[in-house]
Order: sequence, then C-alpha cells, then structure tokens
Amino acid sequence: MINFIIRNIWQRLVLLVFISIISHSVIHLAPGEPALVDPSNPRMKAEDIQRIRAAYHLDEPLHVQYVFWVRDLFTGELKSFKDNQPVLKKIWDRFLNSVPLFIVSMMMIWFLAFPIGIKAALSRNSVFDRVSTFISYGLISIPGFFLAYLLIIFIVKTFDVSVIGMRTFGLEEAPLLFRSMDRVWHLTLPAMISAIGGMAVLSRYVRSQMLEVIHQDYMRTARAKGLPEDQVIYRHGLRNALLPFITMFGLTIPGLIGGSVIFETIFAWPGMGRLGFEAILARDFPVILTLTFFSAILVLLGTLISDILYGVADPRIKF
Amino acid sequence: MNEQIDADALPPSKGLFEERWVLLKRNRMAYASFWFLIALFALAIMGKVLTQNIVVFDPKIVRLSEKFLPPLTPYTSKITPKEDAPIMGIYLLGTDELGRDVFARMMEGSFVSLTVGFVAVGISLTVGIFLGGLAGFYGRVKLGFITVDTLIMRFVDIMLCFPSFFLILTVVALLPPSIYNIMIVIGLTSWMGIARFVRAEFLSLRDQDFVVAAKSQAIPEWRIIFIHMVPNAIAPVLVSATIGVATAILTESSLSFLGFGVQPPDATWGNILADGKTFLFDAPWLTFIPGFTILFVVLAFNLCGEGLREVFNPKLRTNP
Repeated sequence: MINFIIRNIWQRLVLLVFISIISHSVIHLAPGEPALVDPSNPRMKAEDIQRIRAAYHLDEPLHVQYVFWVRDLFTGELKSFKDNQPVLKKIWDRFLNSVPLFIVSMMMIWFLAFPIGIKAALSRNSVFDRVSTFISYGLISIPGFFLAYLLIIFIVKTFDVSVIGMRTFGLEEAPLLFRSMDRVWHLTLPAMISAIGGMAVLSRYVRSQMLEVIHQDYMRTARAKGLPEDQVIYRHGLRNALLPFITMFGLTIPGLIGGSVIFETIFAWPGMGRLGFEAILARDFPVILTLTFFSAILVLLGTLISDILYGVADPRIKF
Repeated sequence: MNEQIDADALPPSKGLFEERWVLLKRNRMAYASFWFLIALFALAIMGKVLTQNIVVFDPKIVRLSEKFLPPLTPYTSKITPKEDAPIMGIYLLGTDELGRDVFARMMEGSFVSLTVGFVAVGISLTVGIFLGGLAGFYGRVKLGFITVDTLIMRFVDIMLCFPSFFLILTVVALLPPSIYNIMIVIGLTSWMGIARFVRAEFLSLRDQDFVVAAKSQAIPEWRIIFIHMVPNAIAPVLVSATIGVATAILTESSLSFLGFGVQPPDATWGNILADGKTFLFDAPWLTFIPGFTILFVVLAFNLCGEGLREVFNPKLRTNP
C-alpha cells in the first residue's frame, strides 16, 4: 500500500514537470508580449519597453525564463506583471473566496443527484424517470449564462433580494441576522447555477449505475433470502453502485478553478476563475501559469485520492 | 420454388445497419431529434446560400431607423430604401440594436455555429483516431526505453490535467481573434476521450482473427488499420462525436459571452445571444430566440447521441 502510494506520487510529480513545461511554452510562444499590451500609449518609449522586458526576464531565452519562473514560484517571490503583488498571496485570497461557493455547489450536486438518480432507476420508464431524464438533458443543453440570466431575473423580481457580488454594499452596519441572510442569498444563486450542470450529469450517471446493479445475481439472492426491499436496494445495491463515484468525486476537485470562470464573471464573485480571466485579459503570465499549474496539481491530487479510496473501498483491488 | 419457401419460412435477413435503424426508430425522442437535425442541416445550408446570394437576406444591412422592432413587425418604414426591405415585407424575428434582421442573422448563424461544431469535432476525431490507433496498434513497439503506448497515453494524461475551458480561453485570448483559431483550439483540447476509446477498441481488435488473417496476406499496415480496424472501432467514437458537436456549440457560446467568441460581422448563435443580453429588458427576443435555439439544437444532438449509444451498445437496450 505504502509502495503503491509512493510510486503514484512519484509518477504524478514527473507528469507535473511536463505539464509545467508545456503550459509555459504554450503561453510564452503565443504571439503578443505583456510588454506590448498597450502599444498605442505614446508615453511608452522603446527604452521603457526594454526596461520592462528586462525587469521581468522577458528578454531571456524561453528555457531561462522557465527556470526563473520555477525558482520564483517555489521561493514565493513570483510577482504579478500587472500590479507587482506576490502571485501566491493573490491566488490564496481568491481561493478563500472560491471555497465556500465550491463547497455549497458540491453539496447541492451530491445530495440532490443521488436521490433523483436512484428514484429514476428504481421506477424505470415511469413518468418520474422520463421527466427527470428529459429535464436533465435540457439542463445539460442550455447555455449556462443564459440560464443564469433567467434565474437572476426571476429571483430578484420574486424575492426582491440582491444577488450580485459577495454581499450587498452598505449593509456593514446592519444587524447580524440581516448580514448573514444577505450572505446566504448571495451565495445560494451562484452555487445553484454552477451545480445545475453537474447535478444533471451525475444523476444520469447514478441512474445508469443503479440500473446495472439492479439486475445482478446477488440482488436476486438477497430478495430470495427474504430481506426487506429497502435493505436489498440500499445495503446490497447502492453500496456496489457507489464504487465508480469515488473516481467522480476525485475528478470534481479541479472544478474549483476551471468550471467557475463564467459564473464568477456573471455574479461578480471575486474567485479564482475570475482572477484567471482578469489575468488573461492583462496578459499577466505569472498568474495564468501559476493558476494552470495549481489546477493541474488539483487534478493529480484528485486522481490520487480516488485511487487510494478505491483501494480502501473495494477489497477486490490489491496493490 | 424451393427458394421461395425458404424465404417465407425464415425471418427476412437484415443487415447490421438496417437492424440498428429499426432500433433507433423505436426510441422516439432520438428518432425525432435525428430528423430535427437533418432539417437543421438543410436550413443551415439554405441559410448560407440565401444570405450570400440574395440581397434581401443580407444579415449585415444596418437600418438605424428600424432598430428594436419586435418579431412579426411588418415593414412599413419610409426612410429605409425599398431594396433593403426584409423578405416578404415582415421582420419574422424582429430587428436588433442596429436594425439588422434577426431572422437573416440567425440563418447565417446556423451555418457558422454548425461549422464550428463540426470542424472542431472533425479535428478532435482526426487527432484522437490517429493517436489512439498508434497507441493501440503499435503499442508494443519500443522507442528506446519507453513503449509507444506509454508515451502516447502519458501525453493523454498530461492533456487531461489542463482545465479545458481555462486553457481554451487562454489560447483564444492570446491568439489574434479568428473563427479558425476557435475551431482549432476547441478541437485540439477535446481529442483525449476519443483517443482512449480508439486505443481500447484496438487493443481488443488487434489479436482477432480477421486482423491476423489480413496480416498473413501481407496487406500493408496502414490498410489494416484504416480499412480493417477503424470501421470496427468507429461506433462508440461516432456516438461521442455527436455529443462533442453539442459541447463545441456550447463552448463557442460561452466564449462569445466572455467576448472571445467568433467576432462580428460573422454571426453565430452564441454571439447573437451574447450581444442580445445587454438589451434583455428592452428587447427580450434578442436573448430568447438564440438562447432557445441553442437549447433545442444542443438537446437534439445530445438525445440523438444518447439514442445511438443505446443502439450500438446491446447492454443498454430496453428489451433484452
């Protein structure tokens, strides 16, 4: 087991090195340098541009720039091109904002998808099954930002609350109850909208897993023993159907960065996705690179956790 | 005479294709979406031809005196010259903030959106089948200390580690804006699943008798791969390609929302929707028409793909 984990971590570290090299070259080889971001500014003289390039090592060859980037990243010295702030601190601040959104939407996905999927599988071809199938296909197919706009208008008109941003401006003096209700409203809608797509996909997946398990021999055996139906479904069926979801769970962790660009932009939520988007607009290479690197770490961490959990949960797997 | 009796007694023999066609027909939703998509292709091609060749259909005509007309407004303006009048003297789907005919723009957008979807999926199919086929067929060949299979599959793992939408956004934003870049980038970031499918299929096919027989006849290897093996491995790939077109259309609309999609004057459903959202309260049709179009088309692709998956995978069929 320990050997397996060590070997896995080692393999992932090698992958990580390649990922950092590839992302570094993709971003630096793209046309257009950060120093040229404002070419029409008459106050930018050729020597200014040269000074900026020298300050950020942009005049060095690519592999030297890569070494500088890695060195600065690991010593925590990496500075953003845009405002000269330390990159790690910027990302950490945004990370703290993204985490509540992520946790709430994950909880919505996992707590709603399972009951819906199981119910649909148990009553196959019933009205509930058909309706939930159709609705989840609809939710997968709708452009996310279109749905977000419709829901924002609906919620704001019906409940008369404000939902954009992390909190309502000017409520700092309000009583605690008001402030917390305000926070809850601001959190619920973005979390719900980022959860909708995942929920639709996951409930379909739960349904097909349950359908596969339901016709297994051990289910028939359990019924033949005279066990109550609930115990057959949840003890014998669900536990076997759950195995693949360990993998799914590991794969959702990187959604913290990549999946949130659009929704954080719509809701003006100062999270990591929006930080990435702003960095792309400003050609802030250190921030883009570090975010990509960070999300690759999250992916590898997610698959590592799911590999280990799989081994723990399924006695048939030996290391 | 004898043959006649035999033909009556036995059930009519069906080809593989015919049998699957019957199965697809039974799944009413998938069958309906299939015909919906066929109609859509016809409409898109018609739209392309009409918007290019017929002046009244030109989606780029600006009529500033006619802006924000709701759908089904008859053409009554005295300011706009006669030759700029919309077809049949009516704005079927209204006009936008520049007085352009939304119907003509949607017609043009159908072709561009579908092209983005199909070209992107075409690229990812090509790369996926090529790399997956290499890994599956030449997997045991060693290049120095590493096998071809390890090399390619580790590369797939690396590509899977990038957050795909973030990567697409980065590359599209850094490159000069062009519709081809968008297709290529979407295609090059979505081939990994296909490569895995093809490799898995090839691993099970490469030791089967028909491949061994083909090898024994000294048929060239590229012929074995592309004429003998790929057709046997293509079914699950085509299913995921159908769903890939839907994903590509959605990705394009998300890029448009952030301002990095297909740039004007080209119209796509995505950028009509993204431009229209500014006028959500004054001119709701500018949001709802492209929004629901994308919803229905992507839904049709998904349902059709799901139906094909059931048809090609006997395990998923309703009546075993």
